[in-house]
Amino acid sequence: MNIKKIGAPFAILMAAALSMSACAANEGTPADNATTQSSGSADAGSNLSGTLAGQGASSMSVAQQTWIAEFQKKNSGVTINYSPDGSGAGRKAFQGGGVQFAGSDRAFKDEEMKAGSFGKCTAESNALNLPVYISPIAVIYKVDGVDELKLDPDTLAGIFAGKITKWNDPKIAATNEGVTLPDATITAVHRSDDSGTTENFTDYLSQAAPSVWTEKANGEWPSAFGGEAAKGTAGVVDAVTQGKNTIGYADASQAGDLGVAKVKVGEEFLGPDADKAAKLVEASPKVEGRKDHDWALKLDRKAQGAYPIALVAYALVCEDYKDDKDAELVKAYVGYMVSDEGQKVAHEKVGSAPLSADMQAKMKAAVDSIK
Amino acid sequence: MSSSTIAQTDSSLRPAKRRIGDTVFGGLSTLSGVSILVILAAVAIFLLAQALPALTTAPDVLAEQGYGEFWGWVLPFAFGTVWAAFLALLIAVPVSIGIALFISHYAPRRLAQSLGYLIDLLAAVPSVVYGLWGIFQLAPALQPAHLWLSKYLGWFPLFSGNPSGTGRTIFTTAFVLAVMILPIITSLCREVFLQTPRLHEEAALALGSTRWEMIRMAVFPFARAGIVSAIMLGLGRALGETMAVAMVLSGAGVIHFKVLTQQNPNSIAANIALNFPEAFGLRVNQLIASGLVLFIITLAVNILARWIVSRRAQYSGAN
Repeated sequence: MNIKKIGAPFAILMAAALSMSACAANEGTPADNATTQSSGSADAGSNLSGTLAGQGASSMSVAQQTWIAEFQKKNSGVTINYSPDGSGAGRKAFQGGGVQFAGSDRAFKDEEMKAGSFGKCTAESNALNLPVYISPIAVIYKVDGVDELKLDPDTLAGIFAGKITKWNDPKIAATNEGVTLPDATITAVHRSDDSGTTENFTDYLSQAAPSVWTEKANGEWPSAFGGEAAKGTAGVVDAVTQGKNTIGYADASQAGDLGVAKVKVGEEFLGPDADKAAKLVEASPKVEGRKDHDWALKLDRKAQGAYPIALVAYALVCEDYKDDKDAELVKAYVGYMVSDEGQKVAHEKVGSAPLSADMQAKMKAAVDSIK
Repeated sequence: MSSSTIAQTDSSLRPAKRRIGDTVFGGLSTLSGVSILVILAAVAIFLLAQALPALTTAPDVLAEQGYGEFWGWVLPFAFGTVWAAFLALLIAVPVSIGIALFISHYAPRRLAQSLGYLIDLLAAVPSVVYGLWGIFQLAPALQPAHLWLSKYLGWFPLFSGNPSGTGRTIFTTAFVLAVMILPIITSLCREVFLQTPRLHEEAALALGSTRWEMIRMAVFPFARAGIVSAIMLGLGRALGETMAVAMVLSGAGVIHFKVLTQQNPNSIAANIALNFPEAFGLRVNQLIASGLVLFIITLAVNILARWIVSRRAQYSGAN
């Protein structure tokens, strides 16, 4: 009889409920999709306790999980969450004070480094940029009959910029004497998604071969340079594996059976070995004007003896936390990350390059300075 | 619904006693109807609110913090979305109509039934699986075709340019999309073909037409509106397909009609999926704004379909 009368307010109520929940859905808190590890039995290890929240780069998400698991084994009272939502999201959350530390594929820029602009830090405190994770990026290829490939930066940039299109191009042959290169078209594969890997690769090309690679470093591939695109590290590796006469770039640990090219640095050709990649961090100067314990690096992709194509990810922390409890936990956890043991477990698990002993000592001093 | 105005004088016209079931069911269906509108409105409001910062920010700020000037950035993806869907339709429509006709008019009944089930089953395959199939099976299998087409038909603009070495082109993607939309178009067409009045068909046959002539004279005119709406539904799915395109297509922000080259216009949905994980700040707004563009394209397609169907309503089996 009077369904309309009953139905109308009901429908409005329903509408309100729906629209409210629709709003809420896009305001997901970092904790929503965090990789939560529950703490184990209470009797083991230290007397630290509390919860630590981190957010940021997906590139070191597996490394973070490994560190969290190992750290919590030793410190059963501590719960650490790291949500791999991307570097940008992590930096934003750290500035907003949503998390105690952030993971990021780059350090804070000079204009972002302002005391008081970080939520969890005291008003006088700036942020500290600590390189904690080095992931060498390999140039992978699949060309029948070519077991070893050496490339200089200009040639590599030329291949990925679409300017060198044949495998038997004289420029490639020049650095590969004695190798029979086929008369075949090169298929260069790059990432189709926005990624730190691409950003570091293009940063290398723009630094080492500025005359050929005229674009700036960028997480998205510049469409001016063409080439094939594939989704994610796995996608690139698949495309290179399945194609013929292909070349691409991917985390060195994912290269599998594919050929890995050696890259010319100075006078020698280097492959993506862990110790060579660690040298990149050691040899790179700090960004000018930073404090003693801030290790924001200006990666020197031409440093002698260092493998130049690597992703360096930072832990972003406060110099001085508002809450001393936060400081205590961050010191313990980030201290673990940069310790010899922390670097080793990450190396075993994800193939990252451990920081050199010298860098570890510097990082330890930086972590100890956190208040 | 309300009948209180009916005169109460005649006892035979007195409304029946209201049953509780009627009330409940009436309420439920009203609620469902309203909730559709509410959901659609909520989606639209969400998209608008989130897209607004990207649409109102100055282009030079967007160039620095976002992906670049909005319309110039989104245009290639909008083009790619429509282009890929169009190519998929080009492949899927003739095949679908053929399968539907075979099932409805040619195949023996028992075969027709099981074939129908099989086609419907295709619709249940998740798009990630289609994506994997595209990457691991179809792209390598079609790669030689790329070389052949480019070698012998390279003079034709569609097939010009350097062919891809992996086969992850819009050509391959169109095939994957075509297989994905095939079941929708086929099963709708089949149902419509089966609705053709028996008398029309028999009359055509009695006039001496062959089976094909009968289909042309009796079945197609009757089913035209149904075919159009089936195609539009398929197009809707092709436009919005995300995962399979993101996985298979070697996409970039370019506009061209060449189907065999390494750089292909990416689709809006795939572009969002690819860039969202690393996006933040204005970039998120910009991606969502491109979602709004997709929403509008899809809406326009649906309105177009409605209009075509209503224009031809007199032939439709639905009335």
